[in-house]
Amino acid sequence: MKALREAFGETLVELGEKYPRLLVLDGDLANSTKADRFEAAFPDRFLEMGIAEQNMLGVAAGLAHLGFIPWLSSFTVFFTHRALDPLRMLVAQTHANVKIGAAYSGLLTGYTGKTHQDVEDLAIMRAMPDMVVLAPIDAVETRAMMHWACEYQGPVYLRLTRDPSPVVLEAAYRFEPGRVLELRQGRDVALVGTGPQSTRLLEAAKALAREGIEAGVFHLGSLKPLDEDGLLEKLRPYPLVVTAEEHSIYGGLGGLVSEVLSAADPKRVIRIGIEDRWGESAPNDWLLDRYGLSAPRIAERVRKEVES
Amino acid sequence: MILETDARKELERLAKITRYLILKTVHQSGAGHVGGPLSAVEILIALFFKVMRIDPKRPDWDDRDRFILSKGHAAVGLYTVMALRGYFPVSELATFDKGNSRLQGHPDMTRLPGLDISSGSLGQGLSAGLGYALGAKLAKKDFHTWVLLGDGEIQEGMVWEAAHVASRYRLDNLTAILDDNGLQQYGWRGKGRGDRRDPWDALPPARIFEAFGWRVIEIDGHDFEQILSACEIARKGAPAERPTAIIAHTVKGKGLPFTEGKHAWHSKVPSSEDLQRALEALGLDESEVPR
Repeated sequence: MKALREAFGETLVELGEKYPRLLVLDGDLANSTKADRFEAAFPDRFLEMGIAEQNMLGVAAGLAHLGFIPWLSSFTVFFTHRALDPLRMLVAQTHANVKIGAAYSGLLTGYTGKTHQDVEDLAIMRAMPDMVVLAPIDAVETRAMMHWACEYQGPVYLRLTRDPSPVVLEAAYRFEPGRVLELRQGRDVALVGTGPQSTRLLEAAKALAREGIEAGVFHLGSLKPLDEDGLLEKLRPYPLVVTAEEHSIYGGLGGLVSEVLSAADPKRVIRIGIEDRWGESAPNDWLLDRYGLSAPRIAERVRKEVES
Repeated sequence: MILETDARKELERLAKITRYLILKTVHQSGAGHVGGPLSAVEILIALFFKVMRIDPKRPDWDDRDRFILSKGHAAVGLYTVMALRGYFPVSELATFDKGNSRLQGHPDMTRLPGLDISSGSLGQGLSAGLGYALGAKLAKKDFHTWVLLGDGEIQEGMVWEAAHVASRYRLDNLTAILDDNGLQQYGWRGKGRGDRRDPWDALPPARIFEAFGWRVIEIDGHDFEQILSACEIARKGAPAERPTAIIAHTVKGKGLPFTEGKHAWHSKVPSSEDLQRALEALGLDESEVPR
């Protein structure tokens, strides 16, 4: 188990060694996002911007156009909601080389309630031209994506989470943009996830296997770009597809998979996620259960859909 | 005196030509802004012809001064001055707002070389300028960053986020020039310097910048002598390592009796008759205007 934010902080330090022009800009949350590790290692390249996210996005654009690689540290909700306009005009529309470390995504944000639970970010960021949208499954993929992002010239949105989650990829894993990862082969149903939710799908698949339902599990860490042909090919053998995400059922992973399938290989797609409502404060297990995202709830839903 | 008489006359001639070309370009494209570009004419000419370390033949020169038109709707004024300065032919102004043009309705750095940022959504330019100024310090470069703000757009809170952080990082290589023309697109009912209330009414922007720790210089924004001396002071840096705000008092729609102080000319397309009236008011003959 390891939190993605821990991997984020550690990897920033690692990348700071490798890229002298890498800077970190923080919106007064570095001790939550773990970007404080970078300040400890490179105090002169850590720029505190205070509680003012719009300005942080604009400063990042200016720095990027001077050849720096700014990595930003704040919560998801403050990037995609508070600072959306400068993110759009100054960063995306100018193709600025800015890397957005969006910590605390989804529902599991540490007893904050709906104000800090961003369940709309994927819909917003996917629709934004020029933006790369990544949601790593675990600490290993977080690190791999960050290494890739430093080599890529352009804006990248990296969707991170707060609490420890299972490490499922091997240390030697290399990230390829657009690639669909097949985590488990199946026959009866394809489960498609993004972010650490994909690990809960693996768990659900194991439970289903004990009951004779063979579920394939796929992880879309790279929501944009996406190898659509690869996704179609992988999903072709399956009669049923179930997507699950810590996000609204509108416009996120479920929307993406439905868009791709409906154009080329129409079939039933069940979208599990937040059903057009806000989140709330509660323990993680309670939230995952309440919103149908825990492994047992996923298995229960899949069983019902397969049998129907 | 910074300017010799001949040099001042040349700048004044450029200002008249710029004003006419702004009107003509908006007339030709059938869309665009007029009042805001006209109030900024002297500031833009002073920056591009006298103040900034730039080379129109090398728009991507690393050590150039950076310029940010935060009030992006004044794009046609910027394009006109850039064309006169030699960034691209004056004839290209005819493509303004047309399909495939490098001259978009609001400045687009991905299309036109020489633009240091894209703008249009108001109140964002100072933050990008702050990024450049901060980056210059980190990279140990000595270029200066100039940001042209409108008095209406500084109602956006993001401007003051930037003002706070610029002051905290002691960025004496950053100058904001406020085109304080006294009108915004619509604003509040009543009369101020123009035919609606002033965007800041009883709260002068000079006092706000001062409160944020900036050095403030107030000038007449249509007087080349005053613009140039303020910019010279700004470039040298403030003694206490502070960013500089030049509050340039201007007139919206400046130079033409039918546009001055009238909010309706914020964005209005001049007619052929308006172009004739402009030539008369400016004392220009069409033959003196570059094509």
